[in-house]
Amino acid sequence: MSDLMKIRATAKNGLTEVKVLMLHPMETGRRKNDFDEIVPAHFIQSVTATLNGKVVLQAQWGTGVSKNPYLTFYLGDAKAGDVVGVKWEDNKGESNAIEGKVVAA
Amino acid sequence: MNRRLLLKSGIALFSLLVIAPMRALAAAWNKPAFEAVQVEQALQEFGIKQVEASDLITLIAPDFAENGAIVQIEVESHIPGTEEISILAEKNPTSLIANFILATGTEPHIILRIKLGDSGPLKAVIKAGDKYYAAAKHVEVAIGGCG
Repeated sequence: MSDLMKIRATAKNGLTEVKVLMLHPMETGRRKNDFDEIVPAHFIQSVTATLNGKVVLQAQWGTGVSKNPYLTFYLGDAKAGDVVGVKWEDNKGESNAIEGKVVAA
Repeated sequence: MNRRLLLKSGIALFSLLVIAPMRALAAAWNKPAFEAVQVEQALQEFGIKQVEASDLITLIAPDFAENGAIVQIEVESHIPGTEEISILAEKNPTSLIANFILATGTEPHIILRIKLGDSGPLKAVIKAGDKYYAAAKHVEVAIGGCG
């Protein structure tokens, strides 16, 4: 669906583990490049996760999240076959989304 | 009297059904909180005043991080009714790293990779009901990762 994101949702013992990888530079706006120029801030500000279209997690991020953010969260109500979606939006208004089906471990 | 009661309950229901979820789910990016240098200032921008230390919060982070640019941390709250998890690093240029609002059914358990600018305390602040709880862990950082 998208080259900028990866998702894996695994149901095990009544708990679903969702792992999400987002390819993003997460520039703080403080780093200087090789030419001693400040690299403008470019980072994910909001992340929304849904389970079958219903919001289950809403995050606000600052520049302190690592480059290519890797997030894991756990859902108690999900079961195999359910659809987990994750969407991010950054400070430049860019966004990306991915969906994945919950798979039984 | 009946009409007044109906109106009152109507307004209460409206704010419960419409305003509360809107506030919770459509919250705009809290710029002043994320630009705050101090932990206390960042918490204040989120409307957090009193924070109580709690050993019901598990905060897992390395004792020693060689590379501050990528530090994997884990927060799990055992406090009933946990609604929000915030992560802050006192020695970062801006201390607030992330805030998570969890819906019912979402476990209060988050794993995230963060940047740490310098050795210092890492903090997890939990919102449960209208109360706030915190746990802290000191992380030694060899090379700061907040450039």
